[in-house]
Amino acid sequence: MRDVAIIGVKNTKFGEMWERSFRDIVVEAGIGAIEDSGVSGDRLDGMYVGNMSGGQFVEQEHIGALIADYSGLSLDLHIPSTRVEAACASGGLAFRQAVMAVASGHEDIVMAAGVEKMTDVSSTAASSALAAAADREWEGIMGATFPGLYAMIARMHMNQYGTTSEQMAAVAVKNHKNGSMNPIAQYKSPITVDSVLNSIMVADPLHIFDCSPITDGAAAVVLAPADIAHEYTDTPIYIKATAQASDTIALHDRRDITTLDASVSAGKRAFEMAKMTPADIDLVEVHDCFTIAEICAIEDLGFAKKGEGGKMTEEGETAIGGKIAVNTSGGLKSCGHPVGATGIKQVVEVTQQLRGEAGGRQVDGAEVGMTHNVGGSGATAVVHILARER
Amino acid sequence: MSVARFWRKQINRYNLVGTHCKTCDAYYYPPRNVCPKCRRDGEIESHKFSGPGEIVTYTVIHTAAEGFEHQAPYVLGIVQLDEGPRFTSQIVCKPEDARIGMKVKPVFRKLGESGDNGMIYYGTKYVPA
Ligand SMILES: [Zn+2]
Repeated sequence: MRDVAIIGVKNTKFGEMWERSFRDIVVEAGIGAIEDSGVSGDRLDGMYVGNMSGGQFVEQEHIGALIADYSGLSLDLHIPSTRVEAACASGGLAFRQAVMAVASGHEDIVMAAGVEKMTDVSSTAASSALAAAADREWEGIMGATFPGLYAMIARMHMNQYGTTSEQMAAVAVKNHKNGSMNPIAQYKSPITVDSVLNSIMVADPLHIFDCSPITDGAAAVVLAPADIAHEYTDTPIYIKATAQASDTIALHDRRDITTLDASVSAGKRAFEMAKMTPADIDLVEVHDCFTIAEICAIEDLGFAKKGEGGKMTEEGETAIGGKIAVNTSGGLKSCGHPVGATGIKQVVEVTQQLRGEAGGRQVDGAEVGMTHNVGGSGATAVVHILARER
Repeated sequence: MSVARFWRKQINRYNLVGTHCKTCDAYYYPPRNVCPKCRRDGEIESHKFSGPGEIVTYTVIHTAAEGFEHQAPYVLGIVQLDEGPRFTSQIVCKPEDARIGMKVKPVFRKLGESGDNGMIYYGTKYVPA
């Protein structure tokens, strides 16, 4: 297998973009990443596009071909383009497919992109589309919602480990603070623990400010074999590990409802592949679709002892400048969560951090970063480790 | 959910019929055709569950799923049956009465209805025992 490097990245702005279409935003991200990399589009050997629910959000399937077409890569060039779907982990999985295509030697210059346009439908219809990532026949039919499933994780975490609503709110407060320094974030205004606790209850114990919002956005990266990456950029970022794991689709079938075993497994595989431990990681972008999800993620990946994720957050150890910087981008909570785009956006953030281009949210001397992207209530997890040094 | 998709599992939903693996003696509700522990070595048979269980975890849903708007706020829980399996169910009780470890028993109730074709779904919900 060949080493693989990131040579170009681009996030669109995340938010409600009623004036722009699905294809507009993904083309912006794709062209931006190609410009950033210095390659010309006709050099691409392939594209992998993460998208969860184009069929439900914009009534469009056949996303791979659509995007190749509107990026000007179909006519004459006929560049192969593949859609990848794993619910909210679609972007992370598209990145993994692109990495494997380059690593295998089958393709050289490859784009991984992610996109979701969620505000073209009502919020009820959007929630219903998202619920399709859970078990429709045995969870959805009982009236389960995504906040409801994570609320049941939160309730059990509180019961078993003493995690508090204040600790969960601390996740949101930290991520909004980080997001206030990120130009692409949907919500840039800081919030307080009180404002989280006083916001309306969606699914007890989760308030609306414990939940990531409904968002439009796209992100893209360009990959190349590490051996030739320097031909395109002075700051290639190397992929040290790519890992993916599955778990039961329904929350009720889990070994331990407070632990996402797919995250544990993917994290372990990634650390083995990179020959690293959590202590080697300077920053991590984790899947904080709900505040409790970030607490579980830092425990599942080994940054916090089981049950201490909430306490660690409350004590500031996951802030920029703390023991491990978690969600420097602002996370899903403050950036917004355009489901298919999130996994790629995480890679863009870590790349910008490792290049030293993260502005006010820069982690000093960042050498190694991790991304963690979850599908559904934990049925898929995709983890990557990226580094400045090959 | 489409009529066909609901109809296929109607017996299971109405009567708490799941499966039992004779090889490892594990019980499954919702039913499974393959035992996740034994895989191809498993021997699956149908099993009707006795009914009682307890709440493993729960939430009170205020922002309802589509088709459940008139029920909000409603209690959704993960119930563990005495035979072992866990599944998701609505708990019919006052939101403030729900708690982890609460003993519950099954009742036959309307689950919901789909807007467009007006189909009403019935099945099992749980009430405090
Ligand atoms: Zn078995």
